[in-house]
Amino acid sequence: MTVYYSKEHEWVRVEGDTATVGITDYAQSQLGDVVFVELPAVGKALVQGKDAAVVESVKAASEVYAPISGSVSEVNDALEADPSLVNSAAETDGWFFRMSIGNAAELSGLMDADAYAAFCADL
Amino acid sequence: MSEADETALALPLDALHRALGGRMVPFAGYAMPVQFEGIMAEHNWTRESAGLFDVSHMGQLEFRGQGVAEALESLMPGDFLALRENRMRYSLLLDDNGGIIDDLMVTNRGDHFYVVVNGATKHGDIAHIAARLAGGVSLVHRTDLALLALQGPKVADALARVAGEVSTLVFMKAGAFRIEGVDVWVSRSGYTGEDGFEISVPADKAEAVASALLAQPEVKPIGLGARDSLRLEAGLPLYGHDLSTASTPIEADLGFAISKRRKLEGGFPGAERVLGQLLNGAPVKRIGLRIEGKLPAREGAEIFAGTEKVGVITSGGFAPTVGAPIAMGFVSANHAADGTALEIDVRGRRIAAVVAPMPFVPHRYVRQGGQ
Repeated sequence: MTVYYSKEHEWVRVEGDTATVGITDYAQSQLGDVVFVELPAVGKALVQGKDAAVVESVKAASEVYAPISGSVSEVNDALEADPSLVNSAAETDGWFFRMSIGNAAELSGLMDADAYAAFCADL
Repeated sequence: MSEADETALALPLDALHRALGGRMVPFAGYAMPVQFEGIMAEHNWTRESAGLFDVSHMGQLEFRGQGVAEALESLMPGDFLALRENRMRYSLLLDDNGGIIDDLMVTNRGDHFYVVVNGATKHGDIAHIAARLAGGVSLVHRTDLALLALQGPKVADALARVAGEVSTLVFMKAGAFRIEGVDVWVSRSGYTGEDGFEISVPADKAEAVASALLAQPEVKPIGLGARDSLRLEAGLPLYGHDLSTASTPIEADLGFAISKRRKLEGGFPGAERVLGQLLNGAPVKRIGLRIEGKLPAREGAEIFAGTEKVGVITSGGFAPTVGAPIAMGFVSANHAADGTALEIDVRGRRIAAVVAPMPFVPHRYVRQGGQ
């Protein structure tokens, strides 16, 4: 299992040929109280860097971009009942969706945990 | 999300906000705290206890001279001739077409009038007013003052401990008090729908006064984020979003700001159009919307009745006290009745909404004496 991070503050956990995607703890701390997450439909084809989901905080709506390309295989239904999971467990129970890995080469353009921590420290 | 940039000016409480952990963002040209502990927690704290807001970005103006009430009446539809000393009135600065240039508070301070205008519009307001002021009436922009708002059901006790007999004030009354040896001007007013006070204080004493208030156990600092969600629940419009020169007071459902005598006499900018709408109705109206489900509809989202576009959202978001999304917007008058079922387009998805009376959360102003 390997976890990658994007500059748009998404995390991607790769297990076999499936990737689980969410937003980072840093991202949720910047957004504040999350009140709604608009998830993609299962089966939707995502393109790296393009819209994948929308997270609504009390303050504003923010786009979540696909960190890699692929097809959505499952979404986290628990977020519908309790969107605050994104605040309390951003990188675990607050995951957004699972997807296939359309192009494994895209993963190499993402950061590892140390690089992402350094990236956030510079913001 | 944008963090405070280099060009945003610092307000008198800048250092205090940063020390309290405020997340600073640019707003109305100033660096201001959008939140401290979190918008939801701050919102709820203000509804249950007492929140301290820094609103020093707002413009504090003083008008003096012979015929000052008449001069103000030439710019706004309020009855300032009959406004008693230490009383305040909500009013609107109108353009010649009856469009709203700003919404503001006017207080009669005996020997002069004290006017508080919005931060983002203050420079434009001053230019507009200065070009129209009758000779003999002066306008002073008090940039040497800060402005604090203390809002919530426990404010009277908290403020009385540091300022004395503030409970002698009722809603929309004001007077001079002292906090920590500092002369302050206190009004019982605010922008949350809760009981509350606004405190005008010399900028160089603002930190001492704010600290004395924050030392009270009921009081926590509150940012702009909760200020917005609180005022939305209270049904109070925000200039630049819900109000603009494109709307008249009647369209904006602010007819109460036109005093009875002014309705009869007119004589304010745009009076013919505004009074015509008062009599015959306006083509559009500002309304509240309760939204089904959890997806918030935000500013700019279009409102539909079937396939027909009938309006637009001007403010919207999740309402912590209501526990659901709410919004404010303008719709055609024939779709403005309470209970009308409408739909809002949010990123291509149609969500159901119902026109609802405002406020969404009942006001708790203190209108009777003795607390």
